[in-house]
Amino acid sequence: MNITVNVNGSERTEDVEPRLLLVDFIRTRLGLTGTHIGCDTTSCGVCTVLVDGAPVKSCTMFAVQADGRSIKTVEGLKENGNLHPIQQAFKEAHGLQCGYCTPAMMLVGSHLIENNSAPTEDEVRWAISGNLCRCTGYVNIVKSIQLAAEMSANGTEA
Amino acid sequence: MYPRAFDYLRPTTKDEALDILAERGDEVKILAGGQSLIPMMKLRFASPPTLMDINRLPNLDTIEDVNGHVRVQALVRHNDVVRSDTISKANSCMASAAPWIADPIIRNLGTICGSIAHHDPEGDWASVLLAIGGEVVTESRDGGERVTPATDFLVDMFTTSCQPTEMVTEIRIPKYSKGGGNYQKLERKIGDYATVGAATHLELDASGTISKAGIALTSVYHHNLKVPAAEAVLVGNSPSEALFAEAGQIAKEACEPVDDVRGSAQYKRDVVRVFVERGLAASLAVANGA
Repeated sequence: MNITVNVNGSERTEDVEPRLLLVDFIRTRLGLTGTHIGCDTTSCGVCTVLVDGAPVKSCTMFAVQADGRSIKTVEGLKENGNLHPIQQAFKEAHGLQCGYCTPAMMLVGSHLIENNSAPTEDEVRWAISGNLCRCTGYVNIVKSIQLAAEMSANGTEA
Repeated sequence: MYPRAFDYLRPTTKDEALDILAERGDEVKILAGGQSLIPMMKLRFASPPTLMDINRLPNLDTIEDVNGHVRVQALVRHNDVVRSDTISKANSCMASAAPWIADPIIRNLGTICGSIAHHDPEGDWASVLLAIGGEVVTESRDGGERVTPATDFLVDMFTTSCQPTEMVTEIRIPKYSKGGGNYQKLERKIGDYATVGAATHLELDASGTISKAGIALTSVYHHNLKVPAAEAVLVGNSPSEALFAEAGQIAKEACEPVDDVRGSAQYKRDVVRVFVERGLAASLAVANGA
């Protein structure tokens, strides 16, 4: 079946089998490999993308369900050639170790700070509670998201 | 793993959806949030020949206060319940359970009606509906609308009274004048099934006597377990710590948990007792406006 999806601002039309998972559509059809596959059982959250602005686990949604929707992946975070504050903050505050969970953490973090300009540590931990970091590097992930919130609020980059 | 191939249908009106179910309901699974169904299809525990995606049906995503109850429609997501002022005012048992469902990302897609229709025996929402006296509304083309109390709708694990030609369109939450509820959940980590869950609900009459009580447990029986004996000791009495302890003891004896990676049966029984006591105290505090 033909589907048209807005991916990071560009419309893409593809013919897909209904059972094609959204994560595989993004990685293999669109070639956007920043979205990762982890557990493949809806547990780890590394495949998280934003669908119409809300985080969803793309291993647990069929590509056909995204027909007519907008998707944002980690590749779409950059704005006008500049790093998004969440990307800048992860760099500044050492928010990643191996980097496997990072795209999802940044997307969830960006969604959080859009709705909460100064999240507390508890609020950040709550927001990322559907995402696992296999390095257990949560302390710096939380710091990075809070730093990104500050940077966004100040309209500056650290 | 990949699901088996299926036909994908995406009706755009409820009539169209009910027509599909009337004609080929036996081979159709309904896709709402998909957060239980898709994992089961990927494991090939479920391989429906046809998947009917209801996400494009209009006017099916509201929570509203109508005709003396609160209606929660089929496309209401768990996070809509978390954020709903209507729910937080109308039913504190539901409001306190909502943030415990799965994890924040799954809550963006998963639906409460889907959870009830799926009826995983370790799901949280079924216990809530059993405790608060909720009803489930199903519709079919030829049978029209049918309203079933949750106690009858939830037949057994993964089994409900919903017919292949029917679709769950809403759940109904009864209202009360003075009351409160609570949901206690022990989980190893966010997103895991409950080790033990307990839904409690109390209503008080003008003199402060308990006029209605609901207690239902998660993950300590082969399905969600309502405990009428524990409810019965509460009704007609004044709330007290001793009374709540008695209800907790009855619930502890009524459940039949198993030893597993989440804990021993004995441990879970003790948690049931403690959760029922705590949940009733919390429910009373809400009822008294705390």
